[in-house]
Amino acid sequence: MLSRVADSLYWMSRYSERADNASRVLKATYGLILNPAKFSTEERWFRAVSSLAPGAASSNVDAQRALFLLVADPEGTFSIVKCISGARENARQVREEISSEMWEHLNRLFHDVTGFELQPDDDAGAMRVVSVVREGSYRFNGITAATINHDEAWHFIQLGKYIERACNLCVLLDAYFVIDRHADDLDWVGLLNSCAAFEAYCKACTAELKPERIANFLLLKPEFPYSVRYSLDRMHEALTSISNLSLSRRTEKVERLIGRLRAMVAYVPVGEIIAELHKYLAAIIEQCRELDAAVHELYIEYPIEVAFQH
Amino acid sequence: MIIDTDASDRGGAETLRRYELKSAYDEMFRAVGHPRKQYRELYNLLLSLGPDELRRSKREADQSFFNQGITFTVYGSDKGTEQIFPHDLLPRIITAAEWERIERGLTQRITALNLFLKDVYHEGKIIEDGVVPGNIVYTCKHYRREMRGIKVPRDVYITVVGTDLIRNPEGNFVVLEDNLRVPSGVSYMLTSRRVMKQIFPGLFQKCRVRPIEHYSQALLSTLRFLAPEDRSEPTVVLLTPGAYNSAYFEHAYLARQMGIELVEGRDLVVHDNIVYMRTTFGLQRVDVIYRRIDDDYLDPLVFESGSALGAVGLFNAYRAGNIAFANALGTGVADDKAIYAYVPKIISYYLDQDPILESVETLLMSDPAQRDYVCQKLDEYVVKAVGESGGYGMLIGPHSTEQERSEFREKISAQPRNYIAQPTINLSTAPCFVDGTIEPRHVDLRPYVLYGEKITIIPGGLTRVALRKGSLVVNSSQGGGSKDTWVLQN
Repeated sequence: MLSRVADSLYWMSRYSERADNASRVLKATYGLILNPAKFSTEERWFRAVSSLAPGAASSNVDAQRALFLLVADPEGTFSIVKCISGARENARQVREEISSEMWEHLNRLFHDVTGFELQPDDDAGAMRVVSVVREGSYRFNGITAATINHDEAWHFIQLGKYIERACNLCVLLDAYFVIDRHADDLDWVGLLNSCAAFEAYCKACTAELKPERIANFLLLKPEFPYSVRYSLDRMHEALTSISNLSLSRRTEKVERLIGRLRAMVAYVPVGEIIAELHKYLAAIIEQCRELDAAVHELYIEYPIEVAFQH
Repeated sequence: MIIDTDASDRGGAETLRRYELKSAYDEMFRAVGHPRKQYRELYNLLLSLGPDELRRSKREADQSFFNQGITFTVYGSDKGTEQIFPHDLLPRIITAAEWERIERGLTQRITALNLFLKDVYHEGKIIEDGVVPGNIVYTCKHYRREMRGIKVPRDVYITVVGTDLIRNPEGNFVVLEDNLRVPSGVSYMLTSRRVMKQIFPGLFQKCRVRPIEHYSQALLSTLRFLAPEDRSEPTVVLLTPGAYNSAYFEHAYLARQMGIELVEGRDLVVHDNIVYMRTTFGLQRVDVIYRRIDDDYLDPLVFESGSALGAVGLFNAYRAGNIAFANALGTGVADDKAIYAYVPKIISYYLDQDPILESVETLLMSDPAQRDYVCQKLDEYVVKAVGESGGYGMLIGPHSTEQERSEFREKISAQPRNYIAQPTINLSTAPCFVDGTIEPRHVDLRPYVLYGEKITIIPGGLTRVALRKGSLVVNSSQGGGSKDTWVLQN
């Protein structure tokens, strides 16, 4: 497969997952701020902003504008609308490599969300966009899985989706656990909802909301699709499948990186993780970044000198 | 329109009632109510179908085009609007005898033009012998001095050709334009055939239409023929400017049909004069590039330095004989509209034959006498800019205003070499289904020619229609559409 095509598929998938994540977090956050609690609206928006737009967060978040900025900010690079348009742009570049159903769905989703022409004070409108994206993302994932060959293209799509998901989860956990440690039950429900995890958590651990147990679940539960461990396992699968196809490439570095990442969720004792949670999450994010760079160097923008060493 | 009584009893005749014959040659009717032999089956069908049935078929055809994704992107819109290519429901039918002549004529013409290109970029004998003036050749917008002395693979310069033919009022096919650079539209020919088989299966069978579906295989084997001889399993790719190009659909379609990679310039890497594409499995050597990018953008080292559409070093790899381009570079010199005037001489110079297909009388504005003559009678002539295509830079005298004519007079006297004039030709008309009735519209014909081991002409082509009533401009950028073209078996 052409490197450019693989790259576009990967980024289409990352952007789509990013929009998906943002829609979950915003829906949960908006649900939260409607309830009175010991946290102020500003604090809760700050948490949302710092998990969705890490660079843009500062201590004085304007609660009135936060929702607008995260949904439709025309300048910001983090808004949901920007993510959908990023996914569509990448899909457009490889229009022939994806199924018509995928393209048509993504194209329609883009027109739907841009068609709202949102004004900054229109919370109800912003939440409608969030719902459209929520539904649209589920559907896009389903259409993708159902309509293309599960070959190399699919593996790059999977890789993009899960590396994005793992990073988003870590950032979100960091915002909840490290920035405000003393959240109440409502906030914990908010966190679980942000990961579409409330019902799955209750099934596995009952409705008793213990922070450690929640962290354990969202980080380490191998059966839950929005856990870090699940995401890393899927990344590993995708990378193995890709390297099995391209026997000639030197995959040691990528294998070492994904191996180390998986070891972090499989073998580090839970007590240690919770004690140093911020450091632990930062390490996972950093290693995902290294992995992204290594994959890019191995399959996409490899130096020609390296290509001729084989 | 006069219709014999038993036909009008069948109810469908009302769609044909407004069909009027004028001075142009009509593809379907010899005289009112008298279809030509090859159109008899279609005529009978039309008599049996009412406007509602035709409308239904048209909707079905539109839907089929849309579902197949046969769309083009409308420029100037960031909303990603895609429209289906305008098309007409009724086929244009050509007899076996007519086609045989077209085939011979095009083969002769393409052979001669290819020899001309080889000569112009090597010894230049035709110039030395005074048949074609050197100053016309060397001032062509698309003449590429970089091509001097370069041996192109198999001596084939023009691999893919789409020649525009028109039918004059006497009923003869005449060459209007040679498109020797990157002719497009073949995907519309192929997809509209698929749609027509769906809509008119019965008619299709009765008429015995020659197939065109082998185009993609023929194109692939033509391209493979150009590969360097030591490459036994050559890799062929299609080079596109990218998803934003209006012909992207066609590029993607052809690549898919041939099972070859659709690449952009940024996918290509040249190392030691060998071209590779970057794949996730490593660099893969490329042997033949079917490029759908103009010469100017292929290699920023040699041509437009600001272009990001091609790849650095492609031209050196070409010069080294490690890569083949289809078409070769610099072929535009032979489809320049001033050179067009010399094609009959070019044919007799190289082949010692008379041209089988006529050309349109062409006056060169660089010739002072011809210029003065035309400038006085601009309302009778069509004036064209020599290096343009797609119907741009053109004045259609009889349909022009005094202001347009005076603008063209100025343009011509400022750059006489840049213009030619031709008498206005009344293109033939063919029946089209428009707004519930069948009316005549002007058409041309673009057959597709492949030049590899031998010259292959796909029996059919793109019939372009000027869908606006009375209009003579068939280009899709200016309100034109297409029709399926049926060449009948003997």
